[in-house]
Amino acid sequence: MVVEAAAPAERAGALETLREQLREVGIPRLVIGVFLLALFGIAVATHMDLRGLITDSLLRVARNGLLVLALLPAIQGGLGLNFGLPIGIVCGLVACVITLNAGMAGWPALGLTALIGAALAVPAGIGYGWLLNRTRGQEMMVGTYLGFAVVSGLSIFWTMAPFHNSLLVWAIGGRGLRTTLTLAGFYDRLLDKLWSFPIAGVSIPTGTLLVFAAACALVGLFFRTRAGLTIAAARSNPRFARAAGISDERTRVQATVFSTVLAAVGIVVFCQSYGFVQLYTAPLLMAFPAVACLLIGGATVSRASLTHVVVGTLLFQSILTVALPVTSQVIQGDITETARLIIQNGMILYALTRRGER
Amino acid sequence: MPPRPRARVPLHPRLAHAAVPLLFVLLCVLGAIAGHITPLFLIREMLARFARNAVLVLSLLVPILAGLGLNFGIVIGAMAGQAAAIVVTLWGVRGIAGFALAWVLAAPIAVVLGIATGWLFNRARGREMVSGLIAGFFANGAYQLVFLFAVGSLIPFHAREVLLPQGFGLRNTIDLDGIQYAVDDLIPLRVVLEGSPVRVPLATFAIIGLFCALNLFFQRTKLGQELRAMGQDPHVAAIAGIPIERNRVIATVISTVFAAWGQLFFLQNLGTLNTYSSHEQVGMFSIAALLVSGATVTRATVGQAILGTLLFHTLFVVSPIAGRVLLGDAQIGEFFRVFVAYAVISVALVLHAWQKGSRKSSS
Repeated sequence: MVVEAAAPAERAGALETLREQLREVGIPRLVIGVFLLALFGIAVATHMDLRGLITDSLLRVARNGLLVLALLPAIQGGLGLNFGLPIGIVCGLVACVITLNAGMAGWPALGLTALIGAALAVPAGIGYGWLLNRTRGQEMMVGTYLGFAVVSGLSIFWTMAPFHNSLLVWAIGGRGLRTTLTLAGFYDRLLDKLWSFPIAGVSIPTGTLLVFAAACALVGLFFRTRAGLTIAAARSNPRFARAAGISDERTRVQATVFSTVLAAVGIVVFCQSYGFVQLYTAPLLMAFPAVACLLIGGATVSRASLTHVVVGTLLFQSILTVALPVTSQVIQGDITETARLIIQNGMILYALTRRGER
Repeated sequence: MPPRPRARVPLHPRLAHAAVPLLFVLLCVLGAIAGHITPLFLIREMLARFARNAVLVLSLLVPILAGLGLNFGIVIGAMAGQAAAIVVTLWGVRGIAGFALAWVLAAPIAVVLGIATGWLFNRARGREMVSGLIAGFFANGAYQLVFLFAVGSLIPFHAREVLLPQGFGLRNTIDLDGIQYAVDDLIPLRVVLEGSPVRVPLATFAIIGLFCALNLFFQRTKLGQELRAMGQDPHVAAIAGIPIERNRVIATVISTVFAAWGQLFFLQNLGTLNTYSSHEQVGMFSIAALLVSGATVTRATVGQAILGTLLFHTLFVVSPIAGRVLLGDAQIGEFFRVFVAYAVISVALVLHAWQKGSRKSSS
């Protein structure tokens, strides 16, 4: 009797663990993964240049990784998805323009740009974090619109700022920065080419990947230090933290600053790899693909880890890279942009509407 | 309207409400002086712009009443309106009949999309605004999928002249001359300003008036009162037996349908449809317009919607001209008005969350 009763229970248990495992992987991650495999399958079946596809994918993963990573501290700090990423991004862009205007090139230029970007991001992050403390519960909405406002405000700055380097300003009129500044001859693809090596026909952008990996390690280590643990503790139980002498107002500002600084450095790395600095409205919607990456990796509005960052960036950026050449064999016209809109925003909606995720 | 008890807010509410519109009036007046804009020019511009945008701004009121906040999802309603406009144009139904048919067609699409949006809002309680924004982006993707890819390939389609050269997907602009000025010229009236005749869209104004009256009337109905109770305190409303989730969906549906109709007004005045971009900024500009009148995330009146539309679009006209005269670059004026739109929304959101937070901590 006992044995007979145990068998169905065991089976139910096995089903439960299967369901548990499925939940662990996450249905969206599974679907996106299968989708990506299918795309690669089509690529193989139609004898496409698989090596080229993988090269491009790797490049885009390395390029966008830091921007996705920048979201992690904000979630750790209990601020939700940081849609205010453009606030950090424009700090990095201002830094790019400053060093370009000074005519700097090579490694010192890249290093200084990242440094200036980070330095600008600290006060910006403090201000942003202070505001988010005043607007608890609406951080995502406030962040989104603050980011929009900052980017559009900076548009006025770009046209009026006192930069006179003829390579940067419009040829006609001699005033106002161009929408796209080329980095060729400055620090174009400097990190990408560093220790870059081909393996089985796939070239590895070692430098940029190393920077991404180092930043991941840094963030991982930081959240093991006293300061990092404090941030996480204040997130998970603000009252208890307060009793232990931790002010969650402080930790939230720290988390915001960290996120903003990473975004500023992230955009410098992005520009370096992309080869261009895009000004004006380009950073307006940059937070959304980054957020989608993190969510596809399995993160939720209140929980995220380094694994989510890496896996999500790999999946989403690879899809974006592979989708265009593969689908263009089947469908005329660029369906990638449309697919990106649907996947990206569908993913964010899914995360926002999950029950029990408050 | 019966006087409503004012919310306890730390800032002096009357001053706060008057400060924003006053600042805006100041901006507009300064800009007009700087740009040497004559009142007559402004009136001529505003006649058209007010007729275009008023209903879209009015569509935001019901969700605010119900406590859903600013409905960034009206973009979805606007898409429904555009779909109807496209169909009517293809069928070749012209004039007021075409416009009426577009209204009739837009309503059921908007109802379905409104129900979906409302369901989403119920799943994302406390995050309605950001969900609405993202839902708008998502819907934009779906809209592109239908009109850029499915039309002509999956959906059989015969009017080749509106298709892209590749044989499927609609062209980027569609001429709506069939329904252009259908309502505006229902009662043809021209006023001569500065020697040239100016169209006064009397019928459109009448319908806008009707929408205002409808909004006011709705607030007095039982449903309207229920929504107000929900907006003031959802817990008390739930205890009082008000079906909150259902009512929230209804409020969203009303807003979405109004937005679809509002977008049709916009298009009939403009006369051309930018297939893939006409709807994109509807939410942002309508919401910014409502907020410059001093409306907040939780409180907005019909009068504020009207005032806000007038003020915001005055700035829209004035800003590029002032930018050109002052700084020799109209582009700066255009950047400035976009910046103002985003900044106004940011400030309103910050104030809303700030006041809510301080009320919570003080009680």
